Amino acid sequence: MSTVKQEYDVKKHFLELFRENRSVIDSGSAPLMNKQREGAIEEFERLGIPSQKSEKYRYADINGVFNPNLSKSFGVQKVSFNIHDIFECDIPDLDTNLILLVNGRYFNKEEPLRELQGGIITGSLARASKDMPQIVEKYYNSAASTEDDSLVALNTAFAQDGVFIYLPKDAVLEKPLQIVNIMIHETDLMAQHRNLFIAEENSSAKVVVCDHTLSPNKFLTNGVTEIYAASNSNFDLSKIQNEHNGSAQLSHTFLEQESESTVFTNTVSLHGGFVRNNMFVRLNGEGSENHTLGLYLADKTQYIDNYVKIDHASPGCSSRQLFKGVMDDQASGSFNGTIVARKDAQKTNAYQANNNILLTDDARINSRPQLEIYADDVKCSHGSTTGQLDENAMFYMRSRGIPEREARLLLMYAFAYEVVNQIHVKPLRLRIDDLVNKRLRGELSRCNNCAMNCE
Amino acid sequence: MKKDKDKILGKVTGDEYKFGFYTDIEQDSIGRGLNEDVIRKISEKKNEPEFMLEYRLKAYRHWLNMEMPGWANLNIPPIDYQDLIYYSAPKQKTKPGSLDEVDPELIETFNKLGIPLEEQKHLAGVAVDAVMDSVSVKTTFKETLADLGIIFCSFSEAVREHPDLVKKYLGSVVPYADNFFAALNSAVFSDGSFCYIPKDVHCPMELSTYFRINAANTGQFERTLVVAEKGSYVSYMEGCTAPQRDENQLHAAVVEIVALDDAHVKYATVQNWYPGDKEGKGGIYNFVTKRGICKGDNSKISWAQVETGSSITWKYPGTVLKGNNSKSEFYSVAVTNNHQQADTGTKMIHLGKNTSSIIVSKGISAGYSNNSYRGLVKVARGAGNARNFSQCDSLLLGDKCGAHTFPYIETDNKSAVVEHEATTSKIGEDQIFYCNQRGISTEDAVGLIVNGYAKEVLNKLPMEFAVEAQKLLQVSLEGSVG
Amino acid sequence: MQMLKIKDLRVTIEDQEILKGFNLEVNAGEVHAIMGPNGSGKSTLAAVLAGRDLTVTGGKVLYNGEDLLEKSPEQRAKEGIFLGFQYPIEIPGVSMVNFLKTAVNELRESRGEKPLSASDFLKLMREKKELVEIDSTLTNRSVNEGFSGGEKKKNEIFQMAMLEPKLAILDETDSGLDIDALRIVANGVNKLKSKERASIVITHYQRLLDYIVPDFVHVLYDGRIVKSGDKDLALLLEEKGYEWIKEEAGA
Repeated sequence: MSTVKQEYDVKKHFLELFRENRSVIDSGSAPLMNKQREGAIEEFERLGIPSQKSEKYRYADINGVFNPNLSKSFGVQKVSFNIHDIFECDIPDLDTNLILLVNGRYFNKEEPLRELQGGIITGSLARASKDMPQIVEKYYNSAASTEDDSLVALNTAFAQDGVFIYLPKDAVLEKPLQIVNIMIHETDLMAQHRNLFIAEENSSAKVVVCDHTLSPNKFLTNGVTEIYAASNSNFDLSKIQNEHNGSAQLSHTFLEQESESTVFTNTVSLHGGFVRNNMFVRLNGEGSENHTLGLYLADKTQYIDNYVKIDHASPGCSSRQLFKGVMDDQASGSFNGTIVARKDAQKTNAYQANNNILLTDDARINSRPQLEIYADDVKCSHGSTTGQLDENAMFYMRSRGIPEREARLLLMYAFAYEVVNQIHVKPLRLRIDDLVNKRLRGELSRCNNCAMNCE
Repeated sequence: MKKDKDKILGKVTGDEYKFGFYTDIEQDSIGRGLNEDVIRKISEKKNEPEFMLEYRLKAYRHWLNMEMPGWANLNIPPIDYQDLIYYSAPKQKTKPGSLDEVDPELIETFNKLGIPLEEQKHLAGVAVDAVMDSVSVKTTFKETLADLGIIFCSFSEAVREHPDLVKKYLGSVVPYADNFFAALNSAVFSDGSFCYIPKDVHCPMELSTYFRINAANTGQFERTLVVAEKGSYVSYMEGCTAPQRDENQLHAAVVEIVALDDAHVKYATVQNWYPGDKEGKGGIYNFVTKRGICKGDNSKISWAQVETGSSITWKYPGTVLKGNNSKSEFYSVAVTNNHQQADTGTKMIHLGKNTSSIIVSKGISAGYSNNSYRGLVKVARGAGNARNFSQCDSLLLGDKCGAHTFPYIETDNKSAVVEHEATTSKIGEDQIFYCNQRGISTEDAVGLIVNGYAKEVLNKLPMEFAVEAQKLLQVSLEGSVG
Repeated sequence: MQMLKIKDLRVTIEDQEILKGFNLEVNAGEVHAIMGPNGSGKSTLAAVLAGRDLTVTGGKVLYNGEDLLEKSPEQRAKEGIFLGFQYPIEIPGVSMVNFLKTAVNELRESRGEKPLSASDFLKLMREKKELVEIDSTLTNRSVNEGFSGGEKKKNEIFQMAMLEPKLAILDETDSGLDIDALRIVANGVNKLKSKERASIVITHYQRLLDYIVPDFVHVLYDGRIVKSGDKDLALLLEEKGYEWIKEEAGA
């Protein structure tokens, strides 16, 4: 029997999917979120799926991740298992407030918003849209922009739920919040979650996000996170990407910072077949400070792409980007970081570094550190290096009797440590440290739970 | 002090363009517009062999299906390609054999530009091919060079006299399908310089082409081809100016350089096309494709450029490092002020083993201008032990301008070492204060600092050009300390 | 017993011949000093013995009767060769403890010994630290990172004490040291002195030799040993400089 192979039209597929499922999508979400869908799908229809012709996706062949076999589900999620039976975080001493997202949906949908110390609220975004509409309405989908990526519009059109965190004025969250994104399904699946984190004046919190896959199916995640850091707030986000290599993740983070706020984000990509991390930061208030860091260790045929834009929209702000990568086997990756200093952003202090090590001739890295400067009284600089391990350091170690292989590992580990060292949740840092060490040695390095379920 | 600085900025940005005059000379032109007939006419006027016409037509047909590149950080107004004149030449009865036959008006024009066509008057050691609009006017020292086997002549002459060489190398570095402007140039180019250095010959003098746009509404599409045979050496310079006009004019040149085994080609440019007036009216659109190939082992291509002119610049002189152990360097100063826009940089494509490249780019932005560095460093899979170092600095004079850096670093080989550094800053208050404290006025201090900033690049220019280039930086640097 | 035999060694760096037929024999229990003006090839000698990837164009080096030049740097280290670097390398991110523990345990493994337990290792570190009077906090930092010049040199001696080599080659370990540090460095070398071990002390000045008394002094000039003697030769050099040696060698 001969079949005519039809070209899979991704855009058309999503437009149809949206029209067909509109009412199911709406009923699984909240009116506040539903209100934004129509505009978003129009935006997506206009922009389409990003192509490699666009400078923004120059190195990422994204069409391959939109596999026609991916199912999408919008109705009530049937969870036939007790999630705690199959997932337990194996980081010792990591005492956190745990939130689970399963397949992009808040795990216990019926759960009311949780109130933690100091009036801190966490819970499902859909729930918050109903219970705290004035807050959600003010912030939802206002930082997210489709200017750099049309897939953000796709998320806004389809996203039904995600995590909501609200830190009222002066609230200090002692225990880190841990969000675990789990993908588990009996068929290949695409999920689109939407998170909203709001840190009011003087508040402070640390959030840890872990991405896991618990079944061997192919997954695609297209997630958007919006973060607002008000004046003097302090927000710290660590993200550990540890999905299996059959999965693809498109992650878009939008961060708005007001005066004197300080935000750290640290993204460690260990596993995952196709990873695209978009990070958009706007420094709106004077004296705000941003640190955006990333570490990617890739092997086999992994593709890891970090796209960062730090927009200095007001004077006297400082920002620092540090991205480091080790590429092995046929892995490839891309770093694209931009510092924008707008016309009035005098006294901007911005720095950007991307360092890469290639371990094989089949590995590949593309680096584009960019500066767009419209103010004259600024200090902006960037550096990018691609190369091997320092030969002098190698010789020094070998002359002390350390074998070449071991010396190489120590140096790679040291290379990665500059990023790992800046994870501010200590038990997590130690765990990542260990994972990185094992990852570099080529040993099993997924969290134990995941490893049991997928290979 | 702020006031002083404004004054110096005013001076920097306010200087009049010195080469804005127009020579009233009878022109031989083909009417406006572009079609296959126009191309046939150009080819006919130049008495070209059949292969050239075919090449032009192929390029033209390809160009029809292309679009202007939109990725540059430039705001390019629409260009009506049917409203341009593609061929315009100063009317001369025959191709002049000696200087006596050259129209005195033309000699006078080049004298005014500081490019005397009389050999005895000329700076010793520089041979010049003077190109006005679509044709070469005169090539000096041609005979002296011919004694060494060096061919240095206008492109038209090369097509007639050395068709085999032209056929072999034309389009071998920049194929006609390379980009929109290269395709356009390949279809309509009128003249330019051709330079061939035989095996093991060290060219004893600087070769230079001087390009002058004179006629109105005319696009300039020149073509330069430099071929350096095994073991040869040549240092080549080009300069450009145009009259001051309110409308924009298009300049889309193609330069191709071929360096065979052990050859070394130095290529220097001082680009001073009319940049438009203070309000951004008029000026040249400078959309140029320049590329060299280090085809042979141990070959070297060195680029040095000082870019001060044009209202919009789009150019990325680059090198394909194909031969093993080949080297290339790119040194550039790009100054933009008033409403000028520049998106310029280089491409270093490492293909051979043990290849190395150096990029030093200095941008200076003033007025309302935007100055972007865009550079590609690519290390192909087979390019073992490739090395690149790039340093791209931007200096901002004033708070209305922009300075941007867009490097593309693509590494596909584990033994490559690629390093890129860039900084953006203004002239340090502390530097100026330090100079002031030593009795140096702010005006002079700014001059000194800008000069120092650009020095690394100016040092790479041939002596004859360096002085001119310093002046072009439009800041009084010489004799000002004191 | 003969430990090291260097015969007609020729080494080229970037097309320039640096060692031009170098000869030296070192027996166990001996201390050799190699002196010479700048650029005479002293550091190249140290580097080639430790296994730097240099172009050897001629000659051979036997260590305990075996061809040394064939061995990897780590193999040489395991067989007891230690190079005190003139410019110790900074390795950010690699802690001193991790670095030395790896080195010590590799060494033990090559001798068929069990790795040291964490507590035994720390005990050993404490012991040896006292020997070189090294600041305790230094060993908590990354290898040589942010160390002062003197601290780096002391750290070299500390590592030597930890690894207890058979043949220590000290490349200008005295340069840039104040008198106290010099005494400590010398002390470290002298403590290691025994009938089974030997040292090659490369220095520009006689000063260090007041503390480490050499059995032999050799003058290296233009890639060759041009004069050998006992410790008095060092004093003569101190007094008269290198000019007369150059003249003698040129003649």
